[in-house]
Amino acid sequence: MTDEQQENPRAGVSRRRLLGITGTGAAVGAATFAGGLGLGRATADDSVPQGGSRTYPFYGGHQSGVVTPAQDRLHFAAFDVTATTREDLITLLQAWTLAAAEMTQGRPAQADETSYDAPPADTGEADGLPASGLTLTFGFGPSLFRDAQGKDRFGIAARQPKELARLPHFPADKLDPSRSDGDLCVQACADDPQVAVHAIRNLSRIAFGSAEIRWAQLGFGRTSSTSTSQATPRNLFGFKDGTANLKAENAGDLDQHVWVARGDDPRAEWMTGGSYLVARRINMHLETWDRTSLREQEAIVGRDRPQGAPLSGGTEFTEPDFAAKGRGNEPLISATSHVQLAHPTRNGGAKMLRRGYNFTDGNDALGRLDAGLFFLAYVRRPSTQYIPMQNRLAQHDGMMEYLQHTGSALFAVPPGARAGGYVGEVLFT
Amino acid sequence: MSRRTSSVILTALLASTALAACTSNEPAGNAGDQGKLSVTSDAKTCELSAKEAPSGNLVFNVTNKGSQVTEFYLLGEDGLRIVGEVENIAPGLSRDLVLKAAPGKYFTACKPGMVGKGIRSAFTVTDSGNDTELTGDDKALAQTAGSQYGSYVKDQTEQLLTKTQSFVSLYKAGKDDQARALYADARRHWERIEPVAESFGDLDPKMDLREADLEPGQTWTGWHRIEKDLWPPKTGYTALTPAQRATVADQLLTDTRTLSSRTRTTTHTPDKMANGSKELMDEVATGKVTGEEEIWSHTDLWDFQANVDGARVAFEDLRPILKKKDKALDTSIATKFTALQKLLDQHKKGDGFVLYNELTPAQVKELSSGVNALSEPLSKLTAAVTL
Repeated sequence: MTDEQQENPRAGVSRRRLLGITGTGAAVGAATFAGGLGLGRATADDSVPQGGSRTYPFYGGHQSGVVTPAQDRLHFAAFDVTATTREDLITLLQAWTLAAAEMTQGRPAQADETSYDAPPADTGEADGLPASGLTLTFGFGPSLFRDAQGKDRFGIAARQPKELARLPHFPADKLDPSRSDGDLCVQACADDPQVAVHAIRNLSRIAFGSAEIRWAQLGFGRTSSTSTSQATPRNLFGFKDGTANLKAENAGDLDQHVWVARGDDPRAEWMTGGSYLVARRINMHLETWDRTSLREQEAIVGRDRPQGAPLSGGTEFTEPDFAAKGRGNEPLISATSHVQLAHPTRNGGAKMLRRGYNFTDGNDALGRLDAGLFFLAYVRRPSTQYIPMQNRLAQHDGMMEYLQHTGSALFAVPPGARAGGYVGEVLFT
Repeated sequence: MSRRTSSVILTALLASTALAACTSNEPAGNAGDQGKLSVTSDAKTCELSAKEAPSGNLVFNVTNKGSQVTEFYLLGEDGLRIVGEVENIAPGLSRDLVLKAAPGKYFTACKPGMVGKGIRSAFTVTDSGNDTELTGDDKALAQTAGSQYGSYVKDQTEQLLTKTQSFVSLYKAGKDDQARALYADARRHWERIEPVAESFGDLDPKMDLREADLEPGQTWTGWHRIEKDLWPPKTGYTALTPAQRATVADQLLTDTRTLSSRTRTTTHTPDKMANGSKELMDEVATGKVTGEEEIWSHTDLWDFQANVDGARVAFEDLRPILKKKDKALDTSIATKFTALQKLLDQHKKGDGFVLYNELTPAQVKELSSGVNALSEPLSKLTAAVTL
């Protein structure tokens, strides 16, 4: 099964039909299917948002929500597991799987008929709303495998991937422990924020007694495109973000940079077809940025603001030419510009699939917007793809003047669940 | 310490000459439609949407349709005097040149490849009746401002060097109380000229790095290393040995000497001074008003005052230019400097200030609001004095 959108193939009761609302009957391109872990070739037709009723399959070789064309909204939650037995943890994952499979198809989390004297099985705020392209992506944090004392919590420590360790301290990090780490994570992406929030709320409800939310983050605008059919959005600095992102259409890139392959880690073969998710809450000092001249903003980014073209010329998707010189034989793109420091040629060829979102969480005590970029990136090897690059950026990137990393987490995202199974099953069998 | 990477900024500053017009953040200004012109530059042509425009603010939107990096100039009647220029327009990009032009005859020039005399055409600015007082003595004013500011920088680095000498010898001698008493006083001179110091990208991290900004494996030196040793955390800290103290202290003194001698040859142009003034207030906004700069000594308000001092001196030196270019902005900035100083004065204590951790959240908020009120108009200073 692939990540392409498809008409819901199963005979289920959608939230809309449940309410007797006629579906919009969105035109849906012919779904393509590819076997195993291969990635189907998304075409422009089937990845362009077609209105709220598009759905993505929950079951499949890879989890949805990674290469799926980035939806507009995010609700991300990290959980602490309070269950103490392996059985209880598995029961939670099974219950989450069933609910996720329902909700991603636009159905209530739990469809049971409810007695008039019982609370409703589904919380109800998404009744009448279409699936809105909802994807739910699950991950495991390092602390799920071993607690702070190194104790094997659920009999899985021997299978902890070597890549799954807490991220190191990077220069200028100012991490808030209550916005960092976690045993489990759920990334809910949808085009309707109410649908994403509904999903996290119901999964959290299902988890009571086994797991509870440690921290969560809402994102209101995607800051990267993961499909060539999507326009590049802008981050809160006003610049296009994610122009050079990995795209779903480039299956070779995904196999090389995103998906864990068999043999990558002998003690964690269960991760084959999975990926690692780096989550960083990056506050932006918008007030000082907004007082910065356009000249300096563009010099810091290395691209022009109107169209996102590299300062060496061309259009948005022109490759930057770091050798191009301007007045006084100075490079047109500064060596400390964001575009140059983050470029694969400056990072041993490393690329990431970014899936970040803009956020604003009200304001701080000084009346400044508590806002920025909730950075999400999927990589095959954090140790070579994210960590060295973030060290380099934290040291040299002119943009760091306007950034402060306030949250951090790393999760192992297992491969997709098979129909009838549950997410992460491969770790427990 | 700022995390600003100086080479970006330096490049950006080098790219703009002192009195050249600047590219603007804002479209048009008060230019009517007649004041907006488009320019298309390629290998052979330099096409303007009009051959004349009314006096006042003019915006040339220059698009490079050629395959080489191009530049665009507005030249005086003599074909030599540069009224305004915009450089480094790569193929495919467009950029605005915003300037104020008085009635008269001019030349426009595109310079594909950035060489030669460029592709020139005659251009006329008609009299719109708008006040466009543009004179040749702008250059003299800029030179005066630059040399005044240069004297200030020289004086501050001299005082910094003297006080640093005393400070490090007290510290090395284990006279911690006396060293603590001199710490904030000595650092004031650094904080007043921080943007200048930051223009030397190698010195700033050695002298003013905060612990939180350390890279893995990096040796921590400079003021804040000593700060932590003089105001050590209650637990989990191992004091420096006398030998370690000497190493850190000697390094700081050496670096201060290097800074002092390098600043002797620095030139100060209006754009650098104006940007520096704004950057000092950014420093206040991100580091001092949050108490992050001096997390062990809590002497942030000394730094705060010093940043404001430095920003104000640069502004005062630029005022003769600004008053000619934008009187309203001049008044606005001056008023807000005064208001912010009033807020700071409330927290004076003896020769210095109360400690940052003695401020209430409401007082911090009040200071922060004062900084924002000033920083917003101050961010327009560079464009105003270079227009």
